Amino acid sequence: MPDRVLVAKIGLDGHDRGVKVVARMLRDAGYEVIYTGLFQTPAGTVAAAVQEDVDAIGLSMLSGAHMSIVPKVMDELALAGASIPVVLGGIIPAHDLAALTQLGVAAVLTPGASSTEVVAAVRGAIEATRR
Amino acid sequence: MSVREEWQEAYGSSELRDADFATMSGIPLEPVYGLEGAPGAPGTAEAEAPGVYPYTRGPYASMYRSKFWTMRMFAGFGTAIETNWRFKELLASGADGLSTAFDMPTLLGLDSDDPRSVGEVGRCGVAVDTLADVEDIFDGIDLSAVTVSMTINSPAAVMLAMYAAAAEASGVPRARLGGTLQNDILKEYQAQKEYVFPPRPSMRLVADTIAWCAAEMPRWHPVSISGYHIREAGATAAQELAFTLANGFAYVEAGLARGMEVEEVVHRMSFFFNAHIDLFEEVAKYRAARRLWARWMHDRYGAREVASLALRFHCQTAGVSLTAQQPELNIVRTAIEALAGVLGGAQSLHTNAMDEAMALPSARAARIALRTQQVLAHETGVANVADPLGGCWLVESLTDELERRASEVFAHIERLGDGSMLEGVLAGIEEGWFQGELADSAYRLERQLSSARRIVVGVNAYTEGNDEAPIECESVGPDDEARQVKRLSTVRARRDEGAVVLALDSLRAAAADPTVNLMPLLLGAVRTYASIGEVMGALADVFGRYVENPRI
Repeated sequence: MPDRVLVAKIGLDGHDRGVKVVARMLRDAGYEVIYTGLFQTPAGTVAAAVQEDVDAIGLSMLSGAHMSIVPKVMDELALAGASIPVVLGGIIPAHDLAALTQLGVAAVLTPGASSTEVVAAVRGAIEATRR
Repeated sequence: MSVREEWQEAYGSSELRDADFATMSGIPLEPVYGLEGAPGAPGTAEAEAPGVYPYTRGPYASMYRSKFWTMRMFAGFGTAIETNWRFKELLASGADGLSTAFDMPTLLGLDSDDPRSVGEVGRCGVAVDTLADVEDIFDGIDLSAVTVSMTINSPAAVMLAMYAAAAEASGVPRARLGGTLQNDILKEYQAQKEYVFPPRPSMRLVADTIAWCAAEMPRWHPVSISGYHIREAGATAAQELAFTLANGFAYVEAGLARGMEVEEVVHRMSFFFNAHIDLFEEVAKYRAARRLWARWMHDRYGAREVASLALRFHCQTAGVSLTAQQPELNIVRTAIEALAGVLGGAQSLHTNAMDEAMALPSARAARIALRTQQVLAHETGVANVADPLGGCWLVESLTDELERRASEVFAHIERLGDGSMLEGVLAGIEEGWFQGELADSAYRLERQLSSARRIVVGVNAYTEGNDEAPIECESVGPDDEARQVKRLSTVRARRDEGAVVLALDSLRAAAADPTVNLMPLLLGAVRTYASIGEVMGALADVFGRYVENPRI
């Protein structure tokens, strides 16, 4: 069975070009990809991830709201007792990286990341969780 | 009258800038070249000329000899007060048009104190909750002397009402207001995804603004049909061209369905295109757009006035072409893209700042971007001659090819709509056809980048220097959000609550009757300082809210 990845857009950011490109990259790399669509909430995203029994969550954030949304996602995951790794992609300034790692984000991908890097980040996050 | 005579007559009656139209070494330049002997449009015997149907070579006979393009810089962040400072700074440094960016909650019709707005207030643009914020944004600016462009779609009619109300409170009657409302809801479902209501009631609001502006705000452009976001979402140049014009045809048909005359619907419509990095293809795209629009308006919809036939457009350099790596290179990219817009005959232009791949522009980066346009206008000489690339074999051939490809798309959309472009576009949105086409193109480009078949300097080649110290970026803190939420509660505490409830009830009742134009009711509602969330919420009670079926 292929590993399953849920990719999500949380909040008000409607820019979905990136999330769709990443979804196709992962699909082409052999993952089963679930895309939950725009304007999702942290709670809804985690609930969907648990229900679909996914191996990783990919979040795409381009509006700059990651520092208010990502902590909520991590809280929801802890609340659900789920150990699903979270990979974040988008416009993420370097000065936020340490805080995101502290929150438990497995990897952060920034503009210009190649498909190889995207797939490696997701694979690495899933493997690290299984170890 | 021959094309040359027609052009000559139009040129002769044009006012010209006081300038020497010559090269740097003093060679005098003609206003346009190739009126005899240059290739014409396919299937026509005669050469094409600027200011002459089908306007491939430009909407005006004299083009930039009369007036440079408007240097319209898009700005707005944080609170209304901060945006007001930025606007005054831009006006002082020579910009002659203002362009307003709103934050995400405003664009989605949510108040700053809505739980969904947390973390987004003032982040990608200015936050507007009530008329009080619009009054602050334009405080001390003479609204009869500048044109203002407002980039907003789903709540566009509400924002237009707020602007008209703010101007009138400052003593400028709405009939004297000049500017543009983006108000292009179709491309939201296709590309940018800032929708609130389902497509059909949204189209009713667009038709309401078109009809109301025709009657009440004759200097205002009620719709700016936008290819920009379609391109940014992944479209090729041909798709940007085709989808944008198809949306334009849909708005025309929506206006006609209201019983408006074609000229009344079209003559204040304007366009907004992307200026991407492939210089010659971009120039060809603008030329093909003008030719296609003129022919469709003339042949299919029966328009005859120049204002309806000659396509005019704003353009913005491609945000998606900018890189976070070695951001100074973005100045170079932006200059080339701006050049494409100018060589393609744009009426106004926004140049992106070098730091926009990372953040909102800093004041310095925004100034460099504006200065880039000033270099093009004053130093390069490219504004001396209309359509300087007309007759270039490459550009003429690309113009014809883009026209052909767009025509194929129009035929597909027409089939989807059983002969109606309006129904075809709506069907294409409902089926996800547009969305799928854009995702396919975006992924095709991504694979070219991943396999290095296409090079982006600093991203997949020439990466030495990527580790250098980053440039200074703007940041918007939680302070702005807290300030804006406080501002909203102050306004709420001061207003007459009974008047708000009454205005919103009348709006709901009117929304349920599709024959009523909602603009006067929106004006009534915003004057009570009803918030954008309350007004949009009242409309959603009647119209419902749209949910897209997610597809990869």
